[in-house]
Amino acid sequence: MSSSRKQAFISPKIDQFLLYFYQAYQFLGKFFWELVRGPFEFQEIVKQCYQIGYKSLPLISLTGFITGMVFTKQSRPSLLEFGATSWLPSLVSIAIVRALAPLITSLISAGRVGSSIGAELGSMRVTEQIDAMEVSAVNPFKFLVVTRVVASTICIPILSFYCAIVGLMGSFLDVTLNEKTNIQAFIQEAFEQITFLDIGSALVKAVAYGFTIGTVGCYQGYYAQKGTQGVGRAANTSVVLSMFLIFLEEVAIVQVTNWFR
Amino acid sequence: MDTAEGKATSSPNEKVISIEGLYKSFGDLHVLKGVDLDVYKGETVVVLGRSGTGKSVLIKIISRLLNADRGSVKVLGQEVGDLNEKELRNLRLKIGFSFQNSALYDSMTVGGNLEFPLVRNVKNLSRGEINKAVEEVLDSVGLLQTINQMPAELSGGQRKRIGIARTLIMNPEIMLYDEPTAGLDPTTCIEINELINEVKERYHTTSILITHDLTCAKMTGDRLAILLDGTFVSEGSFEHVFSNQDERIKSFYDYNFIK
Repeated sequence: MSSSRKQAFISPKIDQFLLYFYQAYQFLGKFFWELVRGPFEFQEIVKQCYQIGYKSLPLISLTGFITGMVFTKQSRPSLLEFGATSWLPSLVSIAIVRALAPLITSLISAGRVGSSIGAELGSMRVTEQIDAMEVSAVNPFKFLVVTRVVASTICIPILSFYCAIVGLMGSFLDVTLNEKTNIQAFIQEAFEQITFLDIGSALVKAVAYGFTIGTVGCYQGYYAQKGTQGVGRAANTSVVLSMFLIFLEEVAIVQVTNWFR
Repeated sequence: MDTAEGKATSSPNEKVISIEGLYKSFGDLHVLKGVDLDVYKGETVVVLGRSGTGKSVLIKIISRLLNADRGSVKVLGQEVGDLNEKELRNLRLKIGFSFQNSALYDSMTVGGNLEFPLVRNVKNLSRGEINKAVEEVLDSVGLLQTINQMPAELSGGQRKRIGIARTLIMNPEIMLYDEPTAGLDPTTCIEINELINEVKERYHTTSILITHDLTCAKMTGDRLAILLDGTFVSEGSFEHVFSNQDERIKSFYDYNFIK
């Protein structure tokens, strides 16, 4: 047999880049195929929702509350110049619902959940646990990948909604301490400017971000190579790539939403 | 290739695994270069060879964790490379694979590890039936007391035993052992070798065992095959293989201090 090295199609780096996209495309295709055919791992999805959703609550609570409060504090001096501090609840609620809640939730989750999925599956790959599932006639893709991506896609929108509520609570605390506004007036002001389009676009964003975090983490972990170094790389790349894609999606969804506004 | 019959082949005509002209490369590295091997019902074939000679690759191709580049691999009469997803799943139910590092699912307890393949492959089992099957198999490897422990809490020998138990719960016809005694102390090695023999007697399995360990090979193997430079260079009983004067084989057993 010949030992000659295979010739690059375009150049080695471009070939590798294109191959990466092709593998990602295959991975997504496999995900949707496995998603719709049984048997379904409902119990594992619930377990993953607990890991991804419930265990993220403390961090999301803290970040959401502080974001709402700080954003209110930072916005007040500018509005004060125009004597428009009564607009604070509307301003903050628009910012939180349209952009901050889904973005903050997804960025935190990319760090906490994406790295965890990447490292867990990567570790399972290099210690042959995924091979062990395969030879015992269990579909590891369905058990490990589909469940995590579904859980992430379900949980990130719920966490985003929760983050928005907590953020508004933080904002209310600051507003009520400074402007002596009561809760009814704050709620009325806050939700007056919020439209179904805002809520709908926030929901679409959160679903897209959740799906991105799940698929990127699972892809990096599932195909991890080269031992413990590969596990570290899978965890790291999961976070970096998820964040990069989340920002791209943010720009794209905002652009599309603005066409309907 | 130098060949001779081994000490025991219970049904010499019934081939369980048949490999012909098997080739496998990883990039420029040609690992298997025309491997031929027949394994008969009820026998244990030990594949010996230096590190990196493709021993593990061979059993991964048999279970189709890897695909061959060229050649034929038939398991229980089925060409492994041609099987569709459902056929492959059914074949894998008949194969037990014991991994070198045990590959226990570290997020599950020992009991969870054992019931994992069972609940997904056998429908309509009650909780009582699952527990009974898990306890029976754990008892057969002498580790019933570890049922609620996590894999991280087990010793190397216990992990190997649990790894074997996890395959036994599906009652396999074929066992593939990848370095079952690697990294274990001599006493534990002997215990594992005895367990492999017990498994063969109790479950009537046909096995391929990959090892560097000549004690393991002698204790468990009906037939030995030496894999060097991508092909089998000698095959037969322990005595036959190690009476071979081929320098490549001699260097192997000289190195293992069994001259």
